[in-house]
Amino acid sequence: MAGTAVRGRLTWQVATVTAVTAETDSVRTIALDLPDWPGHRAGQHLDVRLTAEDGYNAERSYSIASADGEPVAITVERLDDGEVSPYLTRELRPGDQMEVRGPIGNWFTWGTHDGGPLLLIAGGSGVVPLRAILRHRERSGSSVPARLLYSSRTLADVIYRAELDQYGGSAEVRYTLTRSQPPGWGGFAGRVDDAMLARIAWPASQRPLAFICGPTPFVEAVAELLVARHYPVSRVKTERFGGA
Amino acid sequence: MALDGNAIGGLLLEIFGSEMTSAEVTCAACGAVGPVAETTVYVRGPGTVVRCRRCTSVLMVIARVRGLNCVDLSGLTALEAKARPDD
Repeated sequence: MAGTAVRGRLTWQVATVTAVTAETDSVRTIALDLPDWPGHRAGQHLDVRLTAEDGYNAERSYSIASADGEPVAITVERLDDGEVSPYLTRELRPGDQMEVRGPIGNWFTWGTHDGGPLLLIAGGSGVVPLRAILRHRERSGSSVPARLLYSSRTLADVIYRAELDQYGGSAEVRYTLTRSQPPGWGGFAGRVDDAMLARIAWPASQRPLAFICGPTPFVEAVAELLVARHYPVSRVKTERFGGA
Repeated sequence: MALDGNAIGGLLLEIFGSEMTSAEVTCAACGAVGPVAETTVYVRGPGTVVRCRRCTSVLMVIARVRGLNCVDLSGLTALEAKARPDD
């Protein structure tokens, strides 16, 4: 697998794990060293291929968690009945290697030229590509206003919480906790609904650009609410994931 | 579980040699036009099935047979990849 990746061609290359960071009980961020990486844009993903000794292999797609120009990192949620995620979140150690190809996708991406204002809505680990967008916006010094509404089961399930809370006024981050809320919780509670969007969504007249990422039913419900709020379909970008 | 066209960006890039998630696909059944990213995609069958989000007709079927990708595009009338300046 040695050699140089030709730009524009998708080839598998060997990635070396440089760090594994616990985000929550079941979520790990895996930093990768990819010598032939051509660079990526916020919102893109990559494919991971793991091969067993008997030659059986499994491929999965993961959103890239890091901003443009940063070393590649992915954030993986463990699904206990999964085939790949238990290995990535439990067994993987710095120095381990895996095959990776990418970056992939040019639809669910954001660059400073795409403008805004940005409305980012995440369900669970759907926050990963939206975190990359927020980081890129911050690192590039963009003045595009941004709001993130992040739906999570409990506060302990919130990924990147320390980082997201740091944005202070430069990007508005709001959480909604669907399963349980700690005493004195000042954020939203329950599933994303129209009343929540009435408080957080930019008016359609400001020509906002929305990115929604999460499990399929979450994405469909939120996209429908935004279209009902007169967001043009072409300004509502969606990315759905299932369990794998 | 239904996914969307973002999930097969890698597979399509492998087949077509260019980024396809923002390519516009036209459904042969209902005429709906939209980005590949917004199609409905099922990856759990023996092959990958891509359906129109509006009318649910099959747009594409991709099956890997002995390492070869077999691609059926008979459910679509156009697939147009637009180059973005930074691609």
